[in-house]
Amino acid sequence: MILGIDVGGTHTDAVLLENFQVRKKAKVPTDQLHLVSSLVGVMDEILRGEDLSTLERVVFSTTLSTNAIVQGKTDRVGMIVASGPGLAPEALRVNDDTRFVSGYVSNRGIEAAPLKKGEIAGAAAELKAAGISHLGVAGKFSTRNPSHENAIADLVRGDFRHISLGHRMSGNLNFRRRIATTYLNASVFDLYSRFVEEILAFAARTGITAPIYILKADGGTFEIRRSAEQPVQTILSGPAASVMGILSLAECSGADAVAVDMGGTTTDIALLADGVPLLEPLGVTIEGHKTLIRGLKTRSIGLGGDSRVRVDDGRLIIGPRREGPAAAFGGPFPTPTDAMIVLGLTPIGDRDKAQEAVAEIAGKMRLSVEAAARAVFEKTCRDIAAAVGAMVEEVNNKPVYTIHELLEGKKLRPSRLFIVGGPAGAVASRLGEMLGCGAVIPPNAEVANACGAALARTTAEITILAETERGSLTIAEEGLEMKIPAHFTRRDVLRIGMEKLRERARRLGAREAEIETEIIEDQEFNMVRGYYATGKNIRLKAQVKPGLIARLGEGGVRS
Amino acid sequence: MKRLRKTGLVFFPAFDWAISPTHPEREERLLYTQDQVFEEGLLDFENIVEYKPGLASVEDINRIHVCVPDARSVITESHLISAGGAITAAEKVLEGVVDNAFALVRPPGHHAMRVVHGARGFCNINIEAVMIEHVRRRHGHRRVAVIDTDCHHGDGTQDIYWHDPDTLCISIHQDGRTLYPGSGFPDEFGGPNALGTTINIPLPPETSDEGFLYVLEEVILPIMQEFKPDLVINSAGQDNHYTDPITNMRFSAQGYARLNERLNPDIAVLEGGYSIEGALPYVNVGIILAMAGLDYSHVREPDFNPSAIRQSDEITRYIREMSKDVLELWKKRHTFKAEIVKGARYARRNRSIYYDTDGIREQQEETVRICNDCGGFIAIHSMASTGNRLYAVIIPSRSCETCRLEGERHFNGIDKAKQGVHYLVLQDRDRDVYVVK
Repeated sequence: MILGIDVGGTHTDAVLLENFQVRKKAKVPTDQLHLVSSLVGVMDEILRGEDLSTLERVVFSTTLSTNAIVQGKTDRVGMIVASGPGLAPEALRVNDDTRFVSGYVSNRGIEAAPLKKGEIAGAAAELKAAGISHLGVAGKFSTRNPSHENAIADLVRGDFRHISLGHRMSGNLNFRRRIATTYLNASVFDLYSRFVEEILAFAARTGITAPIYILKADGGTFEIRRSAEQPVQTILSGPAASVMGILSLAECSGADAVAVDMGGTTTDIALLADGVPLLEPLGVTIEGHKTLIRGLKTRSIGLGGDSRVRVDDGRLIIGPRREGPAAAFGGPFPTPTDAMIVLGLTPIGDRDKAQEAVAEIAGKMRLSVEAAARAVFEKTCRDIAAAVGAMVEEVNNKPVYTIHELLEGKKLRPSRLFIVGGPAGAVASRLGEMLGCGAVIPPNAEVANACGAALARTTAEITILAETERGSLTIAEEGLEMKIPAHFTRRDVLRIGMEKLRERARRLGAREAEIETEIIEDQEFNMVRGYYATGKNIRLKAQVKPGLIARLGEGGVRS
Repeated sequence: MKRLRKTGLVFFPAFDWAISPTHPEREERLLYTQDQVFEEGLLDFENIVEYKPGLASVEDINRIHVCVPDARSVITESHLISAGGAITAAEKVLEGVVDNAFALVRPPGHHAMRVVHGARGFCNINIEAVMIEHVRRRHGHRRVAVIDTDCHHGDGTQDIYWHDPDTLCISIHQDGRTLYPGSGFPDEFGGPNALGTTINIPLPPETSDEGFLYVLEEVILPIMQEFKPDLVINSAGQDNHYTDPITNMRFSAQGYARLNERLNPDIAVLEGGYSIEGALPYVNVGIILAMAGLDYSHVREPDFNPSAIRQSDEITRYIREMSKDVLELWKKRHTFKAEIVKGARYARRNRSIYYDTDGIREQQEETVRICNDCGGFIAIHSMASTGNRLYAVIIPSRSCETCRLEGERHFNGIDKAKQGVHYLVLQDRDRDVYVVK
């Protein structure tokens, strides 16, 4: 059995799967102040009377880190940044407790200026004196050579409870994002660690021995103890759960598709290329922080079933705010849900109240109630369709860097729409029409997110840079640096990379049979001095694909 | 606080294209630049927007070049992309989507002349000229200033606009007596119908930031102020850098950034620059920050040591003298025509042009009609060591009635067999027509 749990904004849903079929569902209200109690509550309920020894895994998606960041309930963090030349330090400052120190490595990972111990000790002393116990350390090009970050951490380790290191967050280049990611990781570290401890204590108490996993923003999972080192990877896992849910409930491969989760306040949109969800190329953005956290490419628009509808200067405006439930459920203002009720597209709520609310805007628009409801419904679908269109266009205009890619560039052309969420039934066919897509509402859509979490695979990514001239190979995410002989080839690098990727995936909790690797970047350049090739610069990025261990109702890989 | 500007960036490193595996113009030329731009996170700034390059068309090339035997044969896809990238940058500026734009593309183009038999100085087609003429065709006529800051004389751009009074070509470069292509002296001053709209400022080897910025302030900016261009283009070669392996200058990333801040080009287009680790990453970051109005004062090469690369007092004196002479020449530009033309109706120049990259030698005779109303129609007779022989008639953009009629008559009167040519071309730049007989 697999237990999947999704902690949503309003409800916490759980689903117990047996042989990839839904055996049981449970739902409790989410207590935002005590997420653990919601989790414990829903687990208690769904596992009552079950044989815990047959539980193979438990997977959570949690909004803990996201909420803490969005609500500003994070720890104060000191940052020591080895900024190096380039952008002015002020452009790199993430908070008032950022201290800049000298020393940097070049774009090839060669030390260009040494660290100054005195400066670092001084900065650490200042931060400590200010009562700060969490530190983030980030250096320019530290993914190419982490020695400066490591050295800084070694120097000040005694002064802080925990230190987050930039190069461990991601192998991608982007110093500002590295700083932001490191900062965020440090800021939720304590909160998240406590959560992990509580969950583990609960598991021990109740006799759950199955491994416990946490969903990440990229739709993959990692083992709960591992997640404690990098809590920042769990932010924005909500939209990821919904996309993985859709993937788990419907056959998505064979064509490009749009995945839409339409809720009360917002609508989340994701794109699937032949069944594979698209990722943010660099990382997700949260509260204005652009990060290096690998995450699914999702766009959230302030338009949902309960969005307030108003008429401004004759123009219909829907959202972005939700001022309460739909009028049909006692809310203060007309909403798209009310329009759908008036049009007979959904049997829910109090039809008279819906009529009354829509009549108010019909008057301002000088339309019949029916026509006004039609206009609201059409605009709702049109606004979503426009957001989808803009997102597809953005993906198709993404810059590429080789002639081959530019000339052969595959375009994303969605032909199917998968839609879940409250108003899904009412909007599916019209929205599909506007997008030129066949619309599908998957079965069990109400527990899509919990199913997505339950069936998500453990993912991992590594970035490998090998320079045969220097005889070095680095894997940033692993903090690994090794010597390689001058005659090393791309194939040798690939072999080491794949070994390390599998190792990493296993360490993060993947089971051997589930590890499906792929190379996502593959470049090889000659290093030339004068007119002679002196070596090779080989760059590979490889990942365990985000995906499912199996779809609901399918055998798939048993674990 | 500097004024922020919205800057478009067309970045196309062409990681799968090289002239040959160890040639300076090879795959990884922009690799470390890409690393630096990515690591600095420049694309995350709200006012820096990246665009995918468009593809230039053969029509875009034929608008300004006469390619032998034809455009398709002298280019590869990569040239259509780098020219297309420059066009995309210019379009974004002219459409008003961005305030300025930088086409960080390769291969380069400023050694490509009007007639193209092959590649010269790593260039096949002149990406700036293709861009300028595309813009003029699409958005209407513009007075354009091209400031070529590549270390090598921009002889291709000079050749293309030699007779065009509406295009100011200023090239600052290492003195031709010490570097390829060996041309670019102050007395190369434009054709008889366009005197003064070609300006050459050769600098002695080991000129540093001080010398470059002096020339910018004392010569280039004053001339531009008088010329009043609608569009300013920087042919932004980066081989003046003190680490460049094939030149001898001492320009730094700070100097490049400052130059772009002061020049304030609408469009910058990457040209040469082959110090791919030591210079390009820092110079390009400096240029992007300067164009976007961001603080570039912390951009510095790892081995930067200003006192070690300071220019000598002798160089400073030399540059001052030369700047004075160039400015003097510019001021008197209108007085030379009668003296040069001496009442003739046509002016002719004979040249031998070497295509070093492809090893082709071309003999070219170019005749231009002396005209006070337009650039004058041009007839070109060209023979290359490939065996290809060409006769081309070019009617200038915004041509006067006489040049049009005479040009057309001349074209119609040419007998291919009698002239002994394989290709007879009419390039009517005014009507955007390209005819091959």
